[in-house]
Amino acid sequence: VALERVCVIGAGTIGSLVAAHLARIAPVSVLTRRPEHAAALSEHGLRVSGKAEFTARVSATSDPAELEDFDLGVFATKATALEAAASLVAGRAPGAAMMTMQNGLGAEEVVSRQGRWPLISSVTFMSGIRHGDAHVEYELDTATWMGPYAGTRTSPELVAEVGRMFRAGELKAEVFDDLRPAQWSKLIFNAAVNGTAALTGLPHVRLFAQREEHWQLGHLLQDLIAEGRAVAAAAGVKLREDPWEMNCLAVERGETAHADYAHLPSMLEDVQARRPTEVEAINGQLVRAGERLGVAVPLNAAVYRLVKAKEESWKLVRPKPEEAVLR
Amino acid sequence: VRVCVVGCGAVGSLFAAHLGRLGGAEAWAYDLARDHVEAINAHGLRLSGRAELVGRVQATADASALPPCDFGILATKSMHTRAAIEATAHAFESGAVCSVQNGVGNEEIVAEHVERVIRGTTFPAGHIVEPGHVEMDTTGDTWIGPFEPRPAPMEEVDRLADALSRAGMPTLALEDARGAQWTKLIFNAATNPVGALTELSHGRVCDLEPTRRLVSGLVAEGKAVAARLGVELDGDPDELVDHAREVAYDHKASMLQDVQAHRPTEVDFLNGGIARFGGEAGVPTPLNEAIAALIKGVERSFAEKEETRT
Repeated sequence: VALERVCVIGAGTIGSLVAAHLARIAPVSVLTRRPEHAAALSEHGLRVSGKAEFTARVSATSDPAELEDFDLGVFATKATALEAAASLVAGRAPGAAMMTMQNGLGAEEVVSRQGRWPLISSVTFMSGIRHGDAHVEYELDTATWMGPYAGTRTSPELVAEVGRMFRAGELKAEVFDDLRPAQWSKLIFNAAVNGTAALTGLPHVRLFAQREEHWQLGHLLQDLIAEGRAVAAAAGVKLREDPWEMNCLAVERGETAHADYAHLPSMLEDVQARRPTEVEAINGQLVRAGERLGVAVPLNAAVYRLVKAKEESWKLVRPKPEEAVLR
Repeated sequence: VRVCVVGCGAVGSLFAAHLGRLGGAEAWAYDLARDHVEAINAHGLRLSGRAELVGRVQATADASALPPCDFGILATKSMHTRAAIEATAHAFESGAVCSVQNGVGNEEIVAEHVERVIRGTTFPAGHIVEPGHVEMDTTGDTWIGPFEPRPAPMEEVDRLADALSRAGMPTLALEDARGAQWTKLIFNAATNPVGALTELSHGRVCDLEPTRRLVSGLVAEGKAVAARLGVELDGDPDELVDHAREVAYDHKASMLQDVQAHRPTEVDFLNGGIARFGGEAGVPTPLNEAIAALIKGVERSFAEKEETRT
């Protein structure tokens, strides 16, 4: 299997990191939503700082008609933007393989509605910070896990080749025959951590794993995760990692122990910017799976409903700042 | 009769100002807001809106200045109950103290410091316009009754209800005042935090299917706890939710106001209270516990933001 030309669709943090690293070993084109974003990338190249320091040359456009043919397409948009992004490349690159990198579940179904490409599922744990259209900081150089989209004709060799390309470009990658155990581990983790962060305004701080006092958030996270485990079990998925352990490890790594350094879950970033969140792809998918499989998930449903309602509040005119109330 | 309102914020001021006009009554107020205290002492305590009056009230921020009182009316926010009653208990050595606060659990704290305790629930509401001046937004009844573990005798409850009613704050004395308290508790615990977490007005919370269903889930848990405790509710809190949608669509829950002002909330006495009583009675309250944890997380985020700022 030879995958010579790569196209990255969506150049947010993850898309930028993937495009820059793969551009070290293959010609990479980038499809952006904004023309000025594409212009900046074409003009300056794509700079990476942090865990790696280099500037990659990519060809970028916001017009899908200008895209050259490619062998591997990587969808790296937010889950909320995937449908629109996939429709832009509908009918293009019929011989290509497509990889989805979205949080939550359901990305592959969205892409498969736009073409009959072989699909590669992935879950990524790397993180970064965008410092501009043409500069991304590589923050956590943790792995991306990938595997054939369950139940489709995607060959393991194809996935192995993508894994090889990631590693050759100096990204960490692991290849699995069945990605669902990893996908579900991250889904359950994200539903609990991102939902709680979005509602409390707290980054992923140590309180998320503390249970000494009755009011501490560790109890809630534990209960949310227990519901998720029950859904996974009913779906016949044996989790690769325990989401509670993932939660404890993430807050004990040190960098999230204090707010100054704590990881800001993407759903909280979206809430702070009053953007639509990925709650449908994450919490919504978990709640619907629970309903489908007959597993009660009242707490995940509560978090899901609260985040949905919070999104609704942004559609209203922003209220005036509260008048000071004497007490 | 000498009555001291402890915590003379919006609700406390409604009681104090009315009592300050009652013949034969001597009204005192204890509050930590010095500008409010000074304005009351200089010009009297003025109400506007649903009541137009100026009450003569002796206000102080110094608890040691309080004389012995026949009654205390505790009207602080619930998180200040302990500090307020610890500071003022000496004034009620031969008196009874009635809580008119939100939630459950306040009377238990009062009973640690005072011999005779009265359970209370009040509906009138208002807001402070300026020091010494409170706007009364809604009128309504107050229900009071002996606090069972450390009760004031019924004659004493009757006396307080009579004084308040004659002062213009209609008050009913009941042998068992838990029904009114739990009805309001369940209503508040189901609606306040949902508004606070979503930043939606009460009416919008009701109109959105996801939040309306969550409210009903919270109400159901509260009703189950009340039933196990043998509390007969005054009305169906779910119907109150719909009724409030009709009469207070744009109302922003007080907990939402607290959260937006980065103040601590009363969640420990609302959802936390339901969870605590549920735990003792063996009734599971997972939703109320989850909501309480989320609100405590929101409160914690204020501290994180303060730390980050420095």
